[in-house]
Amino acid sequence: MSSFWSAWIIVLTLPVLIGCFILLRWNLTNYVGVPEDETTGHEVDGLEEVNNPLPKWWTYMFYGTLIWSVFYLAAYPGLGNWPGFLNWTSSNQGIKNLEESRAAVLQAKAEGKTVQLDIENEVAAATYGPVFQQFANRDVLDLAYDADALKIGQRLFLQNCALCHGSDARGQRGYPNLTDNDWLYGGSPDKIKETLLYGRRAAMPGWGAALGEQGIKEMTAYVLSLSGRTVNDQLASAGKAKFGMCAACHGADGKGSVAHNLPFGAPNLTNNIWLYGGTAAAIEETLIQGRYGVMPAFKDTLGEDKVHILTAYVYRLSNPEDLR
Amino acid sequence: MSKNHHEKIEKSVGLLGIFTVIAISFGTLVQITPLMFMEETNQPIDGLKPYTALQMEGRDIFIREGCTNCHSQMIRPFRAEVERYGHYSVAGESVWEHPFLWGSKRTGPDLARVGERYSDDWHYAHLMDPRSVVPQSNMPGYPWLDSNILDGKHTARKLEIFRGFGVPYTDEDIAGAVDAVKGKTEMEALIAYLQSLGTALK
Repeated sequence: MSSFWSAWIIVLTLPVLIGCFILLRWNLTNYVGVPEDETTGHEVDGLEEVNNPLPKWWTYMFYGTLIWSVFYLAAYPGLGNWPGFLNWTSSNQGIKNLEESRAAVLQAKAEGKTVQLDIENEVAAATYGPVFQQFANRDVLDLAYDADALKIGQRLFLQNCALCHGSDARGQRGYPNLTDNDWLYGGSPDKIKETLLYGRRAAMPGWGAALGEQGIKEMTAYVLSLSGRTVNDQLASAGKAKFGMCAACHGADGKGSVAHNLPFGAPNLTNNIWLYGGTAAAIEETLIQGRYGVMPAFKDTLGEDKVHILTAYVYRLSNPEDLR
Repeated sequence: MSKNHHEKIEKSVGLLGIFTVIAISFGTLVQITPLMFMEETNQPIDGLKPYTALQMEGRDIFIREGCTNCHSQMIRPFRAEVERYGHYSVAGESVWEHPFLWGSKRTGPDLARVGERYSDDWHYAHLMDPRSVVPQSNMPGYPWLDSNILDGKHTARKLEIFRGFGVPYTDEDIAGAVDAVKGKTEMEALIAYLQSLGTALK
């Protein structure tokens, strides 16, 4: 704050406080020449006007707020640039980017400033950090069968993942089911953790222009035939001839990226599990428009320790106890 | 009869009104006036971008549909909020907001940093029928947004007005505004707006 505005605030605030005090004293003075609690002599229909003073409780409360305001303005930031003798603030305001924000936390600490949010974060890190740390030091395969870890994992899942994958983790159109063993990027603890930390960005290009109307029909027939559906053989074999362009990601056999150790996240087309629907119409739509699924990254939101526990929870969803 | 000059105020409603206004205006002068001129509250944060024409239309749809009745756009500096929504909101993010949509009611979650958090597809599904993606949701669906087509009649004017408020729109932005939104659905505009929220400090 510039010194002009600082002075502006101080010059306006202090006289108002003094003015309030003078106003109160003024109104407590008895001007009418009648002692307090005695009649002024006005009487209408037996009702007398009495010279009542301001109520005592109200008067003392007024004094109380004035005294409080002096203490408050001395202790907390309020009077322009005066930081208050407690050196307290709710957060580091005035930052222009995340680096400045992080630097402000360190600077405030070095200056011995009390920043409420930073302290809340510190207390939380000190309280819960070791708990998460303890879990983070254990193997995912171990945590996946630990009741406490799963309890934490479930909370994290419901708060952060259920929005798309559903509270039962069975997913929905466009968002994979996490309880089956069909994985787009791999279902090993390492792969799940990688997905959670860094997110995934799928890119199935649209082939509408390249294939043309007839080509889309042929390809749809062939894709359907991969999972054993009954199709027009002529269309399917015409589609098969063009499957080369799909094979780069889905593999020549259509079994998907994971089966071929590829990093593309292209689904297995042979198992009758469909991310965007398995009807001929839905597959045509996928082929024409392409699909661009997004899994957000949680590294910055949750931090590695929490992601570690979440990994165990997600792993466990498709690896029940009896299959351990 | 007496030296009680205060009596004059007590017995004249007009005078009482005038002094009341003066007394109240001190609050405005101290708490609001400096914020309108201080550098800290008027400098955009790094990387803040003016709304594109499409996002601007989306913002108006956000206002029209009353989204602010249930969604705030203000992350307060409390740990519980920062953990859930991201970095607390700062003044420099709102310098080009006229009016700001901070809101004060949260039936749904805060949206100050919802930008780039979900995919466009998710927003589409969610706005068409919120329960298709969040079964517990009590948000209404907005399917008509998908069939309402923007004509861009007022888009350029909107950008011009915002330029008058000090938002750095170029002549090209304003000249291209109609073409940027024409033929797009309101749904696309709203999603474009939502995807821009809070991304400058993320």
